[in-house]
Amino acid sequence: MKRRDVWGILFFALLGLNGCAGRQQSAVDPVGTQSAKIASLWWFFVAVLGAIFIAVMIFTLLALVRRHRGIEQEPIEPRHRPSEGTERKLTRIVAGATIGTVLVLFVLLVASISTGKAISEMGGKQNGMTIEVTGNQWWWHVRYANDDPRLILVTANEIHIPVGRPVMIRGMSNDVIHSFWVPNLNGKRDLIPSRITTEWIETDHPGGFRGQCAEFCGLQHAHMALWVVAEPKDKFKEWMERELEPSVPPSDPIKQRGQQVFLSNACAFCHSIRGTTAAGQVAPDLTHFGNRRTIAAGTLPNTKGNLGGWITDPQSVKPGNHMATIALNSTDLEPLLDYLESLK
Amino acid sequence: MNRTEQFLPGVEKPSHDLKQLEDSWRHPRGILGWFSFTTHTAIGMRYIVTAFIFLLAGGIEALLVRFQLAQPNNTLLGPDGYNKMFTTHGTTMMFLFAVPMMEGMGIYLVPLMLGTRNVAFPRLNAFGYWMYLAGALFLYWGVFTNTAPDAGWFSYPPLAGPAFSPGKRIDFWCQMITWTEVSAMCVAAELIVTIFKMRAPGMSLNRIPLFCWSILVQSFMVIFAMPAVMDASSFLLADRTVGTHFVNPAEGGDPLLYQHVFWFFGHPEVYIIFIPALGFVSHIVSANSRREVFGYPAMVLSMVATGFIGFGLWVHHMFATGLPQIGEAYFTAASMMIAITSGVQIFCWIATLWTGRLRMTTSMHFVFGFIAIFVLGGLTGVILASVPINLQVHDTFFVVAHFHYVLIGGALFPLFGAFYHWFPKMTGRMMEEAVGKLNFWILFVGFNLTFFPMHILGLKGMTRRIYTYSPEMGWGPANLLAAVGACVIAAGGIVFLLNVFHSRKQGKIAGNDPWEADTLEWAAASPPENYNFEYLPVVSSRSPMWVAPADRAVVTGLRDDRREVLVTTLMDARPHHRFVLPGSSIWPLITAIAVTIGFAGSVFNAWYITYGSILTGLALIGWFWPRKPLELEP
Repeated sequence: MKRRDVWGILFFALLGLNGCAGRQQSAVDPVGTQSAKIASLWWFFVAVLGAIFIAVMIFTLLALVRRHRGIEQEPIEPRHRPSEGTERKLTRIVAGATIGTVLVLFVLLVASISTGKAISEMGGKQNGMTIEVTGNQWWWHVRYANDDPRLILVTANEIHIPVGRPVMIRGMSNDVIHSFWVPNLNGKRDLIPSRITTEWIETDHPGGFRGQCAEFCGLQHAHMALWVVAEPKDKFKEWMERELEPSVPPSDPIKQRGQQVFLSNACAFCHSIRGTTAAGQVAPDLTHFGNRRTIAAGTLPNTKGNLGGWITDPQSVKPGNHMATIALNSTDLEPLLDYLESLK
Repeated sequence: MNRTEQFLPGVEKPSHDLKQLEDSWRHPRGILGWFSFTTHTAIGMRYIVTAFIFLLAGGIEALLVRFQLAQPNNTLLGPDGYNKMFTTHGTTMMFLFAVPMMEGMGIYLVPLMLGTRNVAFPRLNAFGYWMYLAGALFLYWGVFTNTAPDAGWFSYPPLAGPAFSPGKRIDFWCQMITWTEVSAMCVAAELIVTIFKMRAPGMSLNRIPLFCWSILVQSFMVIFAMPAVMDASSFLLADRTVGTHFVNPAEGGDPLLYQHVFWFFGHPEVYIIFIPALGFVSHIVSANSRREVFGYPAMVLSMVATGFIGFGLWVHHMFATGLPQIGEAYFTAASMMIAITSGVQIFCWIATLWTGRLRMTTSMHFVFGFIAIFVLGGLTGVILASVPINLQVHDTFFVVAHFHYVLIGGALFPLFGAFYHWFPKMTGRMMEEAVGKLNFWILFVGFNLTFFPMHILGLKGMTRRIYTYSPEMGWGPANLLAAVGACVIAAGGIVFLLNVFHSRKQGKIAGNDPWEADTLEWAAASPPENYNFEYLPVVSSRSPMWVAPADRAVVTGLRDDRREVLVTTLMDARPHHRFVLPGSSIWPLITAIAVTIGFAGSVFNAWYITYGSILTGLALIGWFWPRKPLELEP
């Protein structure tokens, strides 16, 4: 365990605010190359500035102690005039403290800029890959860019990356300004309509890391989360190959019925399922929906029960979201859920 | 009650007609008369009371926000209610409480501290107040008719643009900005002229009280910053109402342009609120340490420098939008530089406290609380200036914690100190000191309970402006603590109000100078007469009230039968000429109503710009109609 981890745990333990175990969405629990550098810089700032805070408080409170001494020693007149010598001494002390402030700030400035430079240079490595993330009210459109059009992959709300390989996130937005932020990996970057922004992420730790939209984007800003799943190279390759395939055709009559429900209702106007006629572009791609951890952009765990609730009444789960409420009777809903969960 | 001023007591002065002086400054009677007041004490008090009411409104909104977040998956407000509440809270606190409150304190105190009888443009002063009131009522009309703004106090397009915020909510917000900024510009103009040209004879630039310096710097910042926010909100309003293409990306406009223009105002805004508070602190410290504030030139230069540097760091609100490295480095350096000027002032106050003979009044408690909270907020500000760290904690509760430390610690604590310090001057009675100290401790504890946990929430990934969160995030306990703290703050507010209501009627009689302080407002009666000073004082030192009475002097020879003041030179405050100020007038109110018809109507129908302009023109004709009253005679 590194020293700054110890400090971090102490810091939170001290305040009794440590949440449940496991990887929490946190800026001071870095797993990425970039976030680790930022966290070191953070603890450096906290140490230096914390010392300054304590010093200032001690000097301020000492004024109170001196006051009592002063009151005992001399009578209080309306106006007190310290001697010339005292004032000269004060001038020297205040000037010294000011120069000290300038020097400390200069050190912090250099530390900050060199960390910033180091982070921005991390991306320039040879084997980088590019993922385009487009913000929508209130979900993430994800597209793995590739020179070979057969290898372009479109998915949503869950980004898989290979461990140890730098990934460039090319950010865009279809509607309002959003912000892509996975704190355990790197700082945030705004997704702005009519603009492209970029940032690099990279990690050596396999695992799932939660992120969420950080720029206020309307009614459901609170429910616009995503997961970044870092996997070893071969596992990632396997995932990629599976995701590139069209959807699995429904194997049994119930699921066939479910597919029919999907295609014959409004679902197909907005969602795509590759391998079927559903080709809507304004809502998340569902080709391999069954593999995802969550539904509704990180709002609920992906279980059949949650999915049923979500489809039946999207407005109660995520009030104000843009998914249409479609009246389905239970004989249609059950097969639809089975079909969607089978899209592995 | 002792109602005589005492700058030069016991000295025989040329006789004059005090009755006539009282008559020429008397407020008109009746309801119509009440709407015609133009004295700075009356207008200043109206600003202070109105702004305080909006502090309470903003506080209630904050409580609702905290209750909504107190536990995971809470449904108290729901997403729409929550968005409206945090937007209205921010908007109210910035535009309807903080800036008008500081302006009100400036309007009330500056002429008294300068030793003059009113501000330079009394009718403009009244007009500014009515404009502020109209803007505030307009916004709250929206709040009570389900038309409260819901896109944040910054209203970024395209979220606040026509496509994603249909309806009138954002239009109400945009137009409220227009009113309050017109008001702020009026105040800034008249206070700058007052400070430059109406100082007591002998009050050269190096003898101006530090609070007046702070108001001078603040007013110049208002003049350069406020037009920017009016540009931004007008861009947005025009995009929304008449389909222009300034900041709407769907029409080829640039949403980042809006952010730049908005924050070019938005960052200086923080200093517009905070710099007058520095003035309060200097006066409280000096009166209760019984010595002049150490390092007067350093204090003045730091405030002026803050005023300049404050305009050079707006981009640190936009680091996440992506900037070239060299630009980031510049704005990081500029943002850190502000810590130097703030640091100098903190060092000077500590030096004053060390060498003074302290009297621990309630206001001094607030000063010590200010130093503790503000220094912590300033240091987290240095953290936020660093681009890599900023990209992690930007738009999280860490930032919420930071700016509440800076604004509540840096502005609200000094303001409460100022209330306790100047309440005797404004009402003639002392506030209860024991209750005041209790008030301080409740606020201090409640504040830290509410806002300290937010630093940790931000680091643990809790983003701002989310209406709820799931229990697995682990943010519940700290949010519950913050809700408890918010209730403690509310209790502190109630204690303050009780103290005010009690002391206003039953407090100990204060006398002119209860704190034995050094500046001229303590020479006036408590509360001051409408004319402030029977004889305008002449100043020979930075601390005129600490000069032995034998070395004091007053101005004689001003006419009593009209509102006459002395205009002095800019640098040395040598008497220049006598100047007649206008008396009471209903026209500022009528003009404000005419402008209000134009502003309010234009939200619904663009033709109201025309109607409003015509009405305003007519009202201005009335305002400037040549009269032949006493005030224009030679």
